Amino acid sequence: MRTAAASLFISAAGGALLWHGTSGFRALTTEQARRLAVQQQPVMLPLTALEDQDGQPFTLASYHGRPVAVDFVFTQCRSLCPLLSAGFQRLDRAERAREGGERLQLVSISFDPRDTPARLRDYSSRYRADGRAWRFARVRDTTDLAPLLEAFGIVVIADGRGDFQHNAAVHVVNREGRLARVLDPDASPDAVANAGRSVRPPGMLRAVARRR
Amino acid sequence: MIAAIGVLLIGMLALPAMRDALERVMVLHMLVQIPLLAVGGGLMAAGLRSSWKARVGAWNRGGVSGILLALIASSWWMVPRALDLALSSPAMELAKFVTLPLLVGAPVALSWSRVGAIGRGFVIANVLPMWAVVGWLYIAAPMRVCNFYLVDQQVAAGNGLLGASIALGALAGLLAFRSA
Repeated sequence: MRTAAASLFISAAGGALLWHGTSGFRALTTEQARRLAVQQQPVMLPLTALEDQDGQPFTLASYHGRPVAVDFVFTQCRSLCPLLSAGFQRLDRAERAREGGERLQLVSISFDPRDTPARLRDYSSRYRADGRAWRFARVRDTTDLAPLLEAFGIVVIADGRGDFQHNAAVHVVNREGRLARVLDPDASPDAVANAGRSVRPPGMLRAVARRR
Repeated sequence: MIAAIGVLLIGMLALPAMRDALERVMVLHMLVQIPLLAVGGGLMAAGLRSSWKARVGAWNRGGVSGILLALIASSWWMVPRALDLALSSPAMELAKFVTLPLLVGAPVALSWSRVGAIGRGFVIANVLPMWAVVGWLYIAAPMRVCNFYLVDQQVAAGNGLLGASIALGALAGLLAFRSA
């Protein structure tokens, strides 16, 4: 009897903790947990001072009111970044061809301190970016890099051969300047563009729902 | 005496230099540190006074609740996110050093002798294939499952889990034949 009670308690408490720890068995990896959390509660981003491939200073807040897709790359990368950049190139083409409506802005941020604006310019020409609607950027002050990566949920680790491994994704920043969706690197241009244009602050949606 | 060895083992694993060395490499984290923490807890429990063992045993007939506790608690530490959290959050690291000895190692030590032959076979036949499947997932996953470990470390951990599963399966089979 006591064993049955103990077993029942262990199953209930243990199951509840496992359920909680994996967000209902939907987040077995940190990356899945990050995507769920962002979708449920868009993340406020720091006002990091960036500079683009022409050395022009800007911040993500300067896009205020326009949706932005952000990815994190470094120009020497041979693994995931070419996949990300090719995806952004497809997105860039699709957005150029699209008529009417507002254009999704693209920003590729390098986390490699070796990437100078000149290197970024080289890299951007490889993907035929125009440098305005699709910019390549780095932080102006390297001490700003860690908080920026932290806010986006990017973990960069050196692989010991002079390169980095990092979690790769497409980050959609909504009109309020909050990180609102995280999508797979190979997400279709349509999926990214739709996520960018459709994201509304959840507070508003909730307020509407309550009024009904 | 035996309990002291368990405490000593866990204390050694908690040394900052030791933690750093074992957690730097995924296969050492999963297949050395985590199992040794459980072993430390097992040794601690084995050294309990028999009056205490009897008191706990009243809640643990046939070892059912103890094995159940160990299965549930250990399954959390198979989740890739848990490994990442242990590295990024001191609270989760502390939880690892508490739960693996007390909720995995100790209950197994207090329960295994109470589990019947069929129950043992059932537990082994469930746990080992689970390790093999997790190992295979780590090898075959198209992406990194842990943010803090490189892909080649993930593959090494997968091979290690698969290897451990096969080796322990062979050992269990051998012991079963010898006792039969």
